[in-house]
Amino acid sequence: MLARSREDKVFDAVNITLLSILTLLVAYPLYFVVIASFSGPAAVNFGEVLLLPKDINFTGYSFVFKDKSLWHGYMVTIVLTLVGTAVNLALTFTGAYALTKTALPGIRVLMFLITFTMFFGGGMVPTYILVSSLHLRNTLWAMILPGAVSVYNLILVRTYYMKSIPEEIMDAARIDGCSDFKLFLRIALPLSAPIIATMALFYGVGHWNQFFAALIYISDKNLFPLQLVLRNMLLASKTAMTDMIQGGAMTGDNARYLSELMQRAEILKYAVIIVSTLPILMVYPFLQKYFMRGIMAGSLKG
Amino acid sequence: MTSGRAITAHTAAAQRSSRLQLIIKNYQIYLMLLPCLLYFAIFCYGPMYGVQIAFKDYNTGIGIWNSPWVGLKHFRRFMSMPQFWQVFKNTLLLSLYSLIAGFPFPILISLMINEISRHRFKKVIQTVTYAPHFISTVVMVAMISLFLSPTSGFINKFIEALGGEAINFMIKPAYFPHIYVWTGIWQHFGWNSIIYLAALASVDEALHESAVLDGASRLQRIWYINLPCMAPTIVIQLILSLGGILGADFEKVLLMQNASIMETADIIGTYTYRIGILGSEFSLSSAIGILNSVINLIMLVLVNGICRRISDTSLW
Repeated sequence: MLARSREDKVFDAVNITLLSILTLLVAYPLYFVVIASFSGPAAVNFGEVLLLPKDINFTGYSFVFKDKSLWHGYMVTIVLTLVGTAVNLALTFTGAYALTKTALPGIRVLMFLITFTMFFGGGMVPTYILVSSLHLRNTLWAMILPGAVSVYNLILVRTYYMKSIPEEIMDAARIDGCSDFKLFLRIALPLSAPIIATMALFYGVGHWNQFFAALIYISDKNLFPLQLVLRNMLLASKTAMTDMIQGGAMTGDNARYLSELMQRAEILKYAVIIVSTLPILMVYPFLQKYFMRGIMAGSLKG
Repeated sequence: MTSGRAITAHTAAAQRSSRLQLIIKNYQIYLMLLPCLLYFAIFCYGPMYGVQIAFKDYNTGIGIWNSPWVGLKHFRRFMSMPQFWQVFKNTLLLSLYSLIAGFPFPILISLMINEISRHRFKKVIQTVTYAPHFISTVVMVAMISLFLSPTSGFINKFIEALGGEAINFMIKPAYFPHIYVWTGIWQHFGWNSIIYLAALASVDEALHESAVLDGASRLQRIWYINLPCMAPTIVIQLILSLGGILGADFEKVLLMQNASIMETADIIGTYTYRIGILGSEFSLSSAIGILNSVINLIMLVLVNGICRRISDTSLW
């Protein structure tokens, strides 16, 4: 276009500086968790680990890998995430596709009734009573079925279908004798890769991070998902951590040993955070290009 | 007159049968909708049926339907409780604080990111600032308490290095709202800017080109072109957040709570959880839930109405 003026250059310099500072402010705490997780406990506790790891060791991780409850929670969460996301996607995509057919009788009314639930609901306790009376407590389904469809996501997918699948293709296929099921499976779904990736990410992360449903519906320790185990390890009290260390190591009862235990317990927390969050932070950059496209296509003029 | 009415009746009947034919012809569409509808019927409208226990003395043994009606007893009970005003005030303050401090941030950031011409740098900023959004609430709260720990947290190390004294942030009621709000902004501002970036991507390039020819500066173009183009999105987001004004992130508050900060950290959601689920006061807690929903709904309708009047943009 035009040559950049001096004012432009000043603007860019200020803008880039401010954004860089902001990005560092976001990145530093994340970076700190990483370096603290494999530094020596004493170095972290005395504030010697700030920019680079110190006394590099992996004791935190070795305790984490030995902890059975954490791995069990991990397994539960993997199953929960896979099954839950599959249910979410199936219901959301079939529903959203059908809801685009606004010319058919009843569809508009149903759309209104669905949107209404976004703003008004029974609340925590009636939902709790319902889930209990359906005998879903202490099953995986208690963490999957309530919340199986998010209205927000449903609207996003519906908008995507309305805007990005040309009606002409649909009509042509219809004339060729294609049934609605086939239209959905053979035409609509293959054209929705970005929005499928976006939804899989949203729902998947939701399940991975899910905590409250498990807290109120699950009391069977065998079904504790990762976040519930994490809550008990990271936030409940110091005893869980010290138990964990004692379970894997030597005995001794002097004060120095105890304080060392406490320090280790802190370090352990950093390792636990890394191990539990890494899977998500690893998939997300790969899906990023999709969700930008998905959100844009689904949200404009929603 | 009579024949006219007969004709309308006739056409109405014909319409009904053609509607039925339409439904039969498109049965596959309705079949596809069925699972989704069942979900909403059972898990969204089901609890709405259960909401009647707020007006009854719910007894688990005899069920929702057979429990005796007691009118507004539970609402009166809640409002006369000493905790009522405190819990209500905490919820409102926390939500308002979050909204006022947190709402403008993503807008500003999206405008700034939009001005960056180098693709790589843009990508890095986005990847980094979106990342915290994916951290679970449990981990987030654990990070907060680790960083703010009076003995080992790096924030206190900085304070001590500057000659100050370590502060036990997590047990001081006065700090709770600030910690809650600013860590929330840290975690979500990047993610929340996506929706505005999407709006900015659709700004017509021709507007900028002609503005440049007219001698408009960068800041002027941002102010007079980009911002007005984003206005509808901003209004919609504002309506949605005001509609959830009593819906502070209750999971996070619950996880941050401890006995010493309850005077600022007890909100409607956590209170309902405590007395309803832990204390089995089903009717009382449902009444609180209704009160909460109704206030949110009123806010939503009100703000939506105001926005429709003054800006032509509204949810419906």
